[in-house]
Amino acid sequence: MPEIRVTPLGAGQDVGRSCILVSIAGKNVMLDCGMHMGFNDDRRFPDFSYITQNGRLTDFLDCVIISHFHLDHCGALPYFSEMVGYDGPIYMTPPTQAICPILLEDYRKIAVDKKGEANFFTSQMIKDCMKKVVAVHLHQTVQVDDELEIKAYYAGHVLGAAMFQIKVGSESVVYTGDYNMTPDRHLGAAWIDRCRPNLLITESTYATTIRDSKRCRERDFLKKVHETVERGGKVLIPVFALGRAQELCILLETFWERMNLKAPIYFSTGLTEKANHYYKLFITWTNQKIRKTFVQRNMFEFKHIKAFDRAFADNPGPMVVFATPGMLHAGQSLQIFRKWAGNEKNMVIMPGYCVQGTVGHKILSGQRKLEMEGRQVLEVKMQVEYMSFSAHADAKGIMQLIGQAEPEHVLLVHGEAKKMEFLKQKIEQEFRVNCYMPANGETVTLPTSPSIPVGISLGLLKREMAQGLLPDAKKPRLLQGTLIMKDSNFRLVSSEQALKELGLAEHQLRFTCRVHLHDARKEQETVMRVYSHLKSILKDHCVQHLPDGSVTVESILIQAAAHSEDPSTKVLLVSWTYQDEELGSYLTSLLKKGLPQAPS
Amino acid sequence: MAAHLKKRVYEEFTKVVQQQQEETATKKLRLTKPSKSAALHIDLCKATSPADALQYLLQFARKPVEAESVEGVVRILLEHYYKESDASVRLKIASLLGLLSKTSGFSPDCIMDDAINILQNEKSHQVLAQLLDTLLAIGTKLPENQAIQMRLVDVACKHLTDTSHGVRNKCLQLLGNLGSLEKSVAKDTEGLATRDVQKIIGDYFSDQDPRVRTAAIKAMLQLHERGLKLHQTIYNQACKLLSDDYEQVRSAAVQLIWVVSQLYPESIVPIPSSNEEIRLVDDAFGKICHMVSDGSWVVRVQASKLLGSMEQVSSHFLEQTLDKKLMSDLRRKRTAHERAKELYSSGEFSSGRKWGDDAPKEEIDTGAVNLIESGACGAFVHGLEDEMYEVRIAAVEALCMLAQSSPSFAEKCLDFLVDMFNDEIEEVRLQSIHTMRKISNNITLREDQLDTVLAVLEDSSRDIREALHELLCCTNVSTKEGIHLALVELLKNLAKYPTDRDSIWKCLKFLGSRHPTLVLPLVPELLSTHPFFDTAEPDMDDPAYIAVLVLIFNAAKTCPTMPALFSDHTFRHYAYLRDSLSHLVPALRLPGRKLVSSAVSPSILPHEDPSQQFLQQSLERVYSLQHLDPQGTQELLEFTIRDLQRLGELQSELAGVADFSATYLQCQLLLIKALQEKLWNVAAPLYLKQSDLASAAAKQIMEETYKMEFMYNGVEHKQVVIIHHMRLQAKALQLIVTARTTRGVEPLFGMCEKFLQEVDFFQRCFIADLPHLQDSFVDKLLDLMPRLMTSKPAEVVKILQTMLRQSTFLHLPLPEKIHKASATIIEPAGESDNPLRFTSGLVVALDVDATLEHVQDPQSTVKVQVLYPDGQAQMIHPKPADFRNPGPGRHRLITQVYLSHTAWTEPCQVEVRLLLAYNTNARIPKSPWIEGGEVSPQVEASIEGTIPFSKPVKVYIMPKPARR
Repeated sequence: MPEIRVTPLGAGQDVGRSCILVSIAGKNVMLDCGMHMGFNDDRRFPDFSYITQNGRLTDFLDCVIISHFHLDHCGALPYFSEMVGYDGPIYMTPPTQAICPILLEDYRKIAVDKKGEANFFTSQMIKDCMKKVVAVHLHQTVQVDDELEIKAYYAGHVLGAAMFQIKVGSESVVYTGDYNMTPDRHLGAAWIDRCRPNLLITESTYATTIRDSKRCRERDFLKKVHETVERGGKVLIPVFALGRAQELCILLETFWERMNLKAPIYFSTGLTEKANHYYKLFITWTNQKIRKTFVQRNMFEFKHIKAFDRAFADNPGPMVVFATPGMLHAGQSLQIFRKWAGNEKNMVIMPGYCVQGTVGHKILSGQRKLEMEGRQVLEVKMQVEYMSFSAHADAKGIMQLIGQAEPEHVLLVHGEAKKMEFLKQKIEQEFRVNCYMPANGETVTLPTSPSIPVGISLGLLKREMAQGLLPDAKKPRLLQGTLIMKDSNFRLVSSEQALKELGLAEHQLRFTCRVHLHDARKEQETVMRVYSHLKSILKDHCVQHLPDGSVTVESILIQAAAHSEDPSTKVLLVSWTYQDEELGSYLTSLLKKGLPQAPS
Repeated sequence: MAAHLKKRVYEEFTKVVQQQQEETATKKLRLTKPSKSAALHIDLCKATSPADALQYLLQFARKPVEAESVEGVVRILLEHYYKESDASVRLKIASLLGLLSKTSGFSPDCIMDDAINILQNEKSHQVLAQLLDTLLAIGTKLPENQAIQMRLVDVACKHLTDTSHGVRNKCLQLLGNLGSLEKSVAKDTEGLATRDVQKIIGDYFSDQDPRVRTAAIKAMLQLHERGLKLHQTIYNQACKLLSDDYEQVRSAAVQLIWVVSQLYPESIVPIPSSNEEIRLVDDAFGKICHMVSDGSWVVRVQASKLLGSMEQVSSHFLEQTLDKKLMSDLRRKRTAHERAKELYSSGEFSSGRKWGDDAPKEEIDTGAVNLIESGACGAFVHGLEDEMYEVRIAAVEALCMLAQSSPSFAEKCLDFLVDMFNDEIEEVRLQSIHTMRKISNNITLREDQLDTVLAVLEDSSRDIREALHELLCCTNVSTKEGIHLALVELLKNLAKYPTDRDSIWKCLKFLGSRHPTLVLPLVPELLSTHPFFDTAEPDMDDPAYIAVLVLIFNAAKTCPTMPALFSDHTFRHYAYLRDSLSHLVPALRLPGRKLVSSAVSPSILPHEDPSQQFLQQSLERVYSLQHLDPQGTQELLEFTIRDLQRLGELQSELAGVADFSATYLQCQLLLIKALQEKLWNVAAPLYLKQSDLASAAAKQIMEETYKMEFMYNGVEHKQVVIIHHMRLQAKALQLIVTARTTRGVEPLFGMCEKFLQEVDFFQRCFIADLPHLQDSFVDKLLDLMPRLMTSKPAEVVKILQTMLRQSTFLHLPLPEKIHKASATIIEPAGESDNPLRFTSGLVVALDVDATLEHVQDPQSTVKVQVLYPDGQAQMIHPKPADFRNPGPGRHRLITQVYLSHTAWTEPCQVEVRLLLAYNTNARIPKSPWIEGGEVSPQVEASIEGTIPFSKPVKVYIMPKPARR
């Protein structure tokens, strides 16, 4: 029995360390290869020893697919390919390919240089790893080998995020990665065609949330910034370098343009600057507005947003600053925060989630006095605002995507178990498909019934088409032909052709049946009666009365003869070939019922 | 598809045809007419290869064929069709047959038999499809012939089983266009059962080819458009098609569902998987809502658009579309914010409500969940958030239409509309502001909503701001804080964009007159009066202060207690503003002052009937008294013209008609005067001087006729005929005058020929109207045409002269609605004493802002003219995007004109004015050969002449010599 097996090594009932193994029709594919942000020990990387204890992974995996550049989806890649050992192809989209190494290098720096970890992958390893990458463009079908093919769909979420369809023969799996069904200021919505995969593996970060309309959030954000700037205050927006930062930049840039505002906007140099450069390049991966207007002006060439310099923080007058990192735990954003926190005119807007223990978390939970290092106490007088700009699909979006793709089974990953439970129930109820949510290391096995394509000869098809009158999808039609199995492919040809190909002579098989009829009249009259009876019943068929005293229905012959012993009984001889079996048996049963009483 | 492509190819060829060439060509054609079909025959016989034959056919297709020769050509084509073995040539012939049968004046029933005949023997699917297309053309040409339609339907049914999708497509199209409407009539001669066209088409809803499915749905829609009532059973079939794999099928199915829901809104349909039943229109609404989150944006646009017109849907369902189980209403949102803080500490990072919260409720409420399919909830929320702005615009439009019919819905959708004010695409923002304006009767803005609305006032786009001003003109504000807020924001706007002055004043005028009671408590604050102290008198020229006064004075109009709060200088300012800005400041009943009498116009009730009658009577008087002595006629005409002009000034609603008729009479008067000249009786050379008058008259008549034809909106065909006739007379007059004043015959030859061409042209263009022109100049002229063609110029002139004198005065039928195009230039105002200085040789941009009224298609007709003091004139074509359309019949031109000149010694004034460009050829009815394709660009762009239609504005400029 053919089957699809799925084993999450990470992201099973969990967020982070996405890594899912899929076996489909004998092919093994690894989807994503991420790290876990919550751990600093061995648990931060997926357990690759599950695949094989010893030996290189190349022998066991046909390919690796990376959905997007977030570290929880690609962070373990150099470790996996260089330190564990994998030489096969790694597939990702061009933007991911471009941005991924920057983030990996950044991650490596923090881990090695700041935290002083040993036995970590090196810069060279990142480079070597990226050499194995093959770029996949949107909607491009890539043939991994003779049977395995993959195709990328747009996923929103971040620049270059993609959903992948993995297909072997007629069996297919779709892996969504992270995706977003509502467009934002710089990216479009995820889209997939009705590909009807056997299995859809979807993220479920917001399984229990229906998000509010994006517009009021945006409006609120803009209003807050605008008001503060008008008051002459300074706005600090701590952001992660990629993704949200660009969305907010675009949002503010267009707002500044629309409202003719003059206050300066800055973003911190370094990573963000580099990232903006890539956003400028991959304009085709952004949303409709940016794509359409980039001929006049590339939206990522900001007019109002300039690079930040440390000295600017002390400048008088209003300004808006985007600074990394996003949780205010270190670096530039924290420095600026300390400078501005004392003034109640200023404002800090937290656009995302903050881990416990960071300054960001503290101020958001309402703490107004912070202990900084060196026993300093920092009094926070500035306003603290929280604004969620997350780019995952909410419950409705997930349902919408399932509706679009129409899978046979759904598998949930990348979410919390409790929330998944709820969504699972909803999916099973609304779409009547099976839904699974395996934990890490747990294997889900799905039996599939792959369809076997059979080639049919055109002649045969046309002949059959010509016979039928109306196309009717609901009624199955009987078609006669010969199935030839040769070299693992199947063909349906007409029997004549089959005979010719196999060099066999045709044998005719004929059924003959006698039907006794009680009829005292003459033979001719009986024949006439049979003829008229059949004619009246079989309207669609060609019933003929031949001059030699026999009746034909299509190619079935009916002859009447007087019974040798009982002249009042007539014997009807019905004869048909094997091909007309259906009609022939119908006729006999019809005749056996007898003729209707003739009108006297 | 192939057939369609062929058609495209053909269209592209027709595109090249130039109208003017064709005119002369048609004239020639008349001579060579008999040989037209013969030439084709010879060509086709000559053709050695299919490619050759195809070339000949293509060439042939470039020239039009006249109605009389169509049949001959068709015969030849058919003959070749039978002989032809190459499918592509047959295809071309088939398409030509279709085109030929469309020729007006040709009845194609004679070729139908042949077409059906060849159809039966045709093997190629492409040719078959093309032939069916031809049959469709024939069938649509003969809509009243039942028998033919029956036959064609039969043919279509026969070919429905064809294996090619193209053929099936065309068959369905044919059925949709020709299928009989009344079933009772459909009795076949062969005794077949009556064909139920709907049933036949419905069977193809499940065809294997998506293109055929689409064609089937389209055919069904076509049937509906032709007035056939669709069966309700189709609804279920169509619902199944909503989940089709192909977007074009889904898109068409959405339309079909909409149609059925409009036909049977009150029928009851069961909900699958439950025992409940709902109204069909509600069910359909739910289904279409579901399509708003379809995968294809084409379908989404379609669905969003259609939602707007489903007004019968129950309010319960309607309100669900805005409900995504979340509110954006501020109060709810605020709690959502607080919740976000709690949620945040629990690790959840979304400002939305948790689905888990209402999860148990939902489980109990499964009935309610099933009631509307899952997608119906929040359909508009989705639509308004869509990635494609086309969908968003469609959703906003739909919201607008639904809100107009349901006040409660209007109230609810307000928040969403306000949200759309922040859209990233300007078009969407503008659209939502307009929408809001349209529904503003039903709503009252809360303060917080007003706040968001007003935030948009700072937008840098002028369109947005002005749209917003218009919106504010007609909004209801609930509190006095609201009014204050609005005023403050508007003043801020004024400070930031001083050019908005007029628009803001106007806005405040309406705001004041709408909310007198809310303005009242604000007055002391606004005027900054103090109970004890006199405050400084504000600057009277400050636009912001004027704005405040406009608000207050308009509020005071209906609030008699308000003037008591004014201080002395306010009264003085009132008097000043009442004079200078009378359109903004109303007359007030002030204590101690007598009311400025407004006896002039507003109090007069429009006496429509008497003035209308007067107009009619005076015109009739003129028309009936034709055989008065010349002196009397002239006087009568003069009086009537004067009366009409005065009437036009008094009665604005009759101005168009009065002016129009007056102009016509003026023309007639000029003509009569010219013919009264003595010069006609005397030998030519002696009266050179007098002829000046006649030729001037001819010229003026020409000008006036152009004005009549192009400056009035609403001129109908029958008036155009008369106008052209008048112009023809003017041309004749011109000819006679020149004949009299010039010596030598050579120039006359050309002129005569040209004139005769004009006559011929007139005849061809208005052949249908000739019977109405009995006894007229042209009528007589055409009688004598054969003679004129052969006679010498001198003789022609003589004939013309007598005919001009004898011809009667044509009655000008009054058009129903006619408006004179007019334009006012708002900017530049022309009052500035400071010259616009710029370096000579470089350019300076001059902002031009003008309102146009009753101009048809201003994008192509309105031009800006700049006249320099040295007589140099420059014509500027504004971009199509420079025209805005704020209301029906009104346009606004906001553009920049670039001026440049060599250095002047001192500043001087240039004149800027607007011109109306016209092109007489644009009115000529086009032949069917050209109809399909676009009009060739040369014809479109050519300007024959221009009419100035605005007062010129003087702009002071000073090009300085460049500094070395």
